[in-house]
Amino acid sequence: MNVPTNLKYTASHEWIRSEPDGTLTIGITDHAQEALGDLVFIELPAVGRKVKAGEACAVVESVKAASDIYAPVSGEIVAVNEQVVASPEMINADAYGHWLYKLKPANAADVASLLDAAAYIAAVGEE
Amino acid sequence: MLKQTPLNTVHRAAGAKMVDFGGWDMPVSYGSQIEEHLAVRRDAGMFDVSHMLAVDVEPGDASENPNAVAHNSARDFLRYALANNVDKLTVAGKALYSCLLKPDGGVLDDLIVYFLSENWFRIVVNASTADKDVAWLRSLIDERGAKLKLTPRRDLAMIAVQGPRARERVWAVLQDRNTEAKAETEPLKPFMAAEIGEYFIARTGYTGEDGFEVMLPSTRAIEFWRALAAAGVRPCGLGARDTLRLEAGMNLYGQDMDETVNPLESGLAWTVDLASARDFVGKTALLARAPTRQLIGLLLEDKGGVLRAHQKVTTHAGEGEITSGTFSPTLGASIALARLPAGVAAGERAQVDVRGKTLAARIVKPPFVRHGKSLLASIKEKPL
Repeated sequence: MNVPTNLKYTASHEWIRSEPDGTLTIGITDHAQEALGDLVFIELPAVGRKVKAGEACAVVESVKAASDIYAPVSGEIVAVNEQVVASPEMINADAYGHWLYKLKPANAADVASLLDAAAYIAAVGEE
Repeated sequence: MLKQTPLNTVHRAAGAKMVDFGGWDMPVSYGSQIEEHLAVRRDAGMFDVSHMLAVDVEPGDASENPNAVAHNSARDFLRYALANNVDKLTVAGKALYSCLLKPDGGVLDDLIVYFLSENWFRIVVNASTADKDVAWLRSLIDERGAKLKLTPRRDLAMIAVQGPRARERVWAVLQDRNTEAKAETEPLKPFMAAEIGEYFIARTGYTGEDGFEVMLPSTRAIEFWRALAAAGVRPCGLGARDTLRLEAGMNLYGQDMDETVNPLESGLAWTVDLASARDFVGKTALLARAPTRQLIGLLLEDKGGVLRAHQKVTTHAGEGEITSGTFSPTLGASIALARLPAGVAAGERAQVDVRGKTLAARIVKPPFVRHGKSLLASIKEKPL
């Protein structure tokens, strides 16, 4: 399974990268894109929207099914990636190379609660 | 324990994503479902459909049914058992699509019946309904005191090879195995079948493309599948099969129709012969009540999601529901089959509830795609 060790994860299959400016970049894992199959539609949240940890804030739809994307921690949406909206299949090609949205966490310490690569692999194994 | 087709090990070795499909361990895709779909539209793909069941209907011995009436032939029986009329089958090898109905008109299954001779009809039924169908047909045979034998053919594998280049690739594989196969299958018109040695080859399918459905002994399936792959036929899973059949406007049993609806409300009036004098199971019920609903197509016009089964549809004539919905790889748009009030017509607009949002869709007459081409005037297939 492709799970880079420099990223954090959620059990709901989002990856999270901490940026130098304190924001978080969020995408879906390679395991998630593999399970969903060919992505054909992506809906992203409005910039400026405040979200709570675990709140559904985006949707990805594959040929097979629709799936909610959850906020990994509480915070504010500061950017969204319109490129993946135009070409959802980019995520199938490289799930870690294309992000969905950026979040400014309400509390920077919350990031410590996210899963590391080993814990994510274990969580996937229990599904 | 899931049931396995003779090709199960091949699918697993190819790294296919496997799913439980009606109790069978089946490949949903081998990689990209959209690429598999497009391979069928543009070239050739193959599907393991060995989970479906062929059942041979032949004259039986009197000893098998002590109540047998000697003059009750396979044709007489099927004329009564099926909603479509097997008397349309006058040429040996001809196939007919039909529903199998309950007395109340509900759809027990949809099937293809092949007329090989007056002593041999073959029906092919869906996997999840196969046991139910055989039990139902046996009870009908008993009830009518027919002198018939039903033989489920689990000894056969079934491979559907579909696409504009499907037939030539099958011929390329067959030429080393059965020298007469090409000569005997080349003249086959659509919906015709021929038995050539151990191969039963029908020019039928479930994709809206040309091609063959090939039945052969299970023991030969792996070798034949590998030879087709070597000849350039792409293995395709049930995921692509579903998007292909939906583009082709073909119903999926259990999703677009089942025992709770009749064929007249499932877009299948063309398969029900109500014109002839013959009696058949479900006829009285179908004649007793005019349909209040219809199965028709939807094309999503707004951006904002993908049409899916069970989404609510609102029309000027009342509400309905999507029975199958997907993203159409050929059209680059979302399409669906929906059960809507009888009062709506193609060309009108409807509203669909997609994840809490109301999106506009156009009501259209299926099929959406045939032989690789869009049939919707306003929308062209995506360029190659």
